[in-house]
Amino acid sequence: MAWVNDHFHPIALRMPMPVESVMTGETLVAVEGLSRRHGQTQAVDAVSFTLKRGQILGFLGLNGAGKSTTMRLLAGVLAPDAGRILINGTDLLDQPRQAKQAIGYLPEQPPLYRELTVDEQLRYSAGLHGLDRAASHRSVARAKIRCGLANVGRRLIGNLSKGYRQRVGIAQALLHDPPVLILDEPTVGLDPIQTREMRALVRELGQERGVILSTHLLPEVQATCSHVQIMRSGRLVFAGALAELRQQRQSACLRIGLNAPPPVADLARLPAVTQIENLGGGQFRLHHAAGAAPTQTLLDQARANGWELWELTPERASLEQIFVELTLGRETAE
Amino acid sequence: MIRVIAARELRGLFLSPLAWTLLAVNEALLAWVFIILVNDFQNTRGRLAALEHAPGVTDLVVAPLLRVAAWGVLLLTPVLTMRLFSEERRAGTIDLLLSAPVSASQIVLGKYLGVLAFLLSAVALMALMPLALMAGATLDGGRVLAGLLGLGLLAASCAAAGLYLSSLTAQPIVAATATFGLLLAFWIVDLGAAQGTASALFGYLSLPRHSDALLLGLVRSEDVAYYLLFSVAFLGLTIRRLDNLRLRG
Repeated sequence: MAWVNDHFHPIALRMPMPVESVMTGETLVAVEGLSRRHGQTQAVDAVSFTLKRGQILGFLGLNGAGKSTTMRLLAGVLAPDAGRILINGTDLLDQPRQAKQAIGYLPEQPPLYRELTVDEQLRYSAGLHGLDRAASHRSVARAKIRCGLANVGRRLIGNLSKGYRQRVGIAQALLHDPPVLILDEPTVGLDPIQTREMRALVRELGQERGVILSTHLLPEVQATCSHVQIMRSGRLVFAGALAELRQQRQSACLRIGLNAPPPVADLARLPAVTQIENLGGGQFRLHHAAGAAPTQTLLDQARANGWELWELTPERASLEQIFVELTLGRETAE
Repeated sequence: MIRVIAARELRGLFLSPLAWTLLAVNEALLAWVFIILVNDFQNTRGRLAALEHAPGVTDLVVAPLLRVAAWGVLLLTPVLTMRLFSEERRAGTIDLLLSAPVSASQIVLGKYLGVLAFLLSAVALMALMPLALMAGATLDGGRVLAGLLGLGLLAASCAAAGLYLSSLTAQPIVAATATFGLLLAFWIVDLGAAQGTASALFGYLSLPRHSDALLLGLVRSEDVAYYLLFSVAFLGLTIRRLDNLRLRG
């Protein structure tokens, strides 16, 4: 098979969605005080968050941070030790069957039977979710087109590449048209082009649904998600819109070079400056509060006092740095 | 839901060479036993004709064949049931069942009925051999049916035990070994009772002993109840186990 066929084309094959189904803002998932132990370790520790329609929430964390366990709890595969999970207004623990009908779940390992063909697998999954024969036929055809599986319906899953299996897994999660999608590391093991297409598909799916995906890759979150939650040893250490995380990285510093530097105390009087490092050779690093770089005042004072400014570089902690700091548990900026 | 799960289970069995091999081996060995039994019957027929209440073909061919077929069930079941849950746990496909809007009892019943359908089809295939005798001999239809009912109930009990043990481990071969051990224990538990050295309870617990009366054409509610209770108990244990799996992870 030509490799072109090996990739799907979400834009060309985008399905027209009924307008009334696109409602943003409605809360789809509400989690309160979720906890779960694995033997001695607290895998998930009092995690609370909400997911609204139209949001793509990225769970970010190192391996073993509790992302997969949280996902398994949300999908009803594991029972929590404490806490409440509301899916689309239904309690997952009290009414599991009704709540699970609203969830599409793709575990880390796509749950596929190697001995079945793609069509058989999808029809089985549709049946499990209570779709009758006609509805199953329609939704299997739709999911196959959406995930670029139209040509492989009769192939055995055992003979498919990792990328295809991942797509069958996603198609399977979409069959019953759930408002909530839970995808555990959806792009692991995909090649760069497949990864890009998977991200495009997830973004598209997130327009009319609520999507939760987990990853340990920051670029994945930047490319796909509207919201991000960072987990470290079972706890949420950051939760908010991606834009807020970006804002956090503005709390950074200015690197300046002066030919005739004043005493450090003069620099420290600049507005919003919290700390000064003397780098030698007339260079300083001015740490300042978030979003309040004292650039203009510095320029004015340098000209007025003849400090002879020759370098002015805003230094920002990259998103990567913030991620590493949050996940490893160090406080912000050195 | 139960039907969907059972259908996939049955389909999965027939898609694997294992199930076909089991059917073929079972059928071939029983056919060999059947030929020997028919041959013996042919050889002794002249002498039997002289007796008053002489045992007929049902006594001398069908009943012994069904007795041997019970051993076939003992050997067949562990290999058939070992993958039911352990393979799903190993491959992670159990997540699909656990995250789908189905209850633990639906999952367990679906899997059970799927594997039971396979076992019963093996029994039906075997039953064709004695039924073929109808072409040339008169069979006691009632006794044959009662004997087949006994074999079916025995298969249902073995399958339930195998299903439970398969849910205890993620290693199919461990499940098979444990199932075989457990069933064999229920098979030979009455050895002492037969010699009159042990309590009658052991005799009552024996799995194959309860089909003895059925082989004589005697359908006793006591025997049927034993098999049904045996099956229901293990199915109940499996449902509990599946719920525990969610809690323990």
